[in-house]
Amino acid sequence: MITKRIIPCLDVKNGRVVKGINFEGLKDMADPVEMARFYNAAGADELVFYDITASVEGRTLFTDILRRVAAEIFIPLTVGGGINTLEDFDRVLKCGADKVSVNSGAIKNPGLIPAAAQRYGDQCVVLSVDVKRVDGRFLVFAKGGRENTGIDALDWLEQGVKNGAGELVVNSIDTDGVKNGFDLELLDAVAKRCPVPIIASGGAGAPEHFIELFANHPGVDAGLAASIFHTKQVEIGALKRTLRDHGIEMRL
Amino acid sequence: MIAIVDYGVGNLFSLASSVKSLGAEVLVTHEAKDLEAATHILLPGVGAFADAAAKLTATGLVPVLRAQTQQKPLLGICLGMQLLFDTSYEYGVHKGLGLVPGEVCPLADDLKDPSLKVPHIGWNALDITPGRESDPLFKYVKNGEYVYYVHSYYAKNCAANTLATSEYSIPVTGAVRQGLVYGTQFHPEKSGDTGLRLLRAFAEL
Repeated sequence: MITKRIIPCLDVKNGRVVKGINFEGLKDMADPVEMARFYNAAGADELVFYDITASVEGRTLFTDILRRVAAEIFIPLTVGGGINTLEDFDRVLKCGADKVSVNSGAIKNPGLIPAAAQRYGDQCVVLSVDVKRVDGRFLVFAKGGRENTGIDALDWLEQGVKNGAGELVVNSIDTDGVKNGFDLELLDAVAKRCPVPIIASGGAGAPEHFIELFANHPGVDAGLAASIFHTKQVEIGALKRTLRDHGIEMRL
Repeated sequence: MIAIVDYGVGNLFSLASSVKSLGAEVLVTHEAKDLEAATHILLPGVGAFADAAAKLTATGLVPVLRAQTQQKPLLGICLGMQLLFDTSYEYGVHKGLGLVPGEVCPLADDLKDPSLKVPHIGWNALDITPGRESDPLFKYVKNGEYVYYVHSYYAKNCAANTLATSEYSIPVTGAVRQGLVYGTQFHPEKSGDTGLRLLRAFAEL
């Protein structure tokens, strides 16, 4: 059977990985290529690279890094950040991305997902969304979680799947950074409406959170995290062995 | 030299990089003379069947591929494997290369567990067909190793040519062989060390 997936996320700014870097045993803790190598060897099932650069120079640096990673890491690579047009898809796919994650770009341009799915296939288009509870409803937030769009998150994701998104990254603003576990209520609600693979993001703080996620929420396919992996608070190989000991299928 | 057929479908960067990492000489090409000069041919592919089949036909390489597969090993990957079959039922009925008997059908129609998702995305264990363990493609790969899949359609009615499957409430065709023509539904170039070992075995054929 298919395994659950563990996915480290690398936020890259001006050619460096940022957010919670506290690695031991690496020469340069913030070098994205070295971190990618490290995670590949540690057993990561996939890597997500998020470009949080604003400048043109930073963007050029990012695509250069991506090319270097793709030349030597042979597991799936998903790339997000600043994806607003089909040209952006093309740019990162040519550098070795396998999947492209859209977030704000899909809000600004509702035609982006259908056009990208038609050109590159559903499997290439990942819809990433930042969700926060407002008055008991799950709403979509844009601009890195700063702006309330007023859009119902469940409707948005369902429509995104109909438009051709082949996978979803569901990031809960409410649980992000709290390290108290994933937003299971949100994830279950999404899984009920969306029949594509779902990647949970936001809130992982300990192996128990992944056990709970995969053992009791079968609609979730993968767990994504950044700082807990970067700081080695949770070590990927050990985490995957623990999950397997709990009867969850893992690639080891 | 290993030739990767470039017919304008998908990104060949990772595939070329993975073959290069084995120390093999690689050429991404759409020239008949390169396929003729090659020792091995890789036929990649992503996207929709009809579009890919039309693009491959438009290159004029189909008769060349057909002739070359009599003399040297070819490996079709993902959609490149699906193109090897007689027929695909992806959005209509489309003719494939007919190099491996069988047809390509929607996974969603056949899954026994309706809660399973399509596309079938992720790592799945390779169940090598009993009796096929000694196929040279598996020289460096053991039964049960994990490989990476991303697809919504799958090959069926091809049991006689099936080298391996992966369980997804049904046995999903994972690898096939007809003579020198091989195919993998999974992506060896994205299957970590396991995939590289499989590519190494192919390069040594």
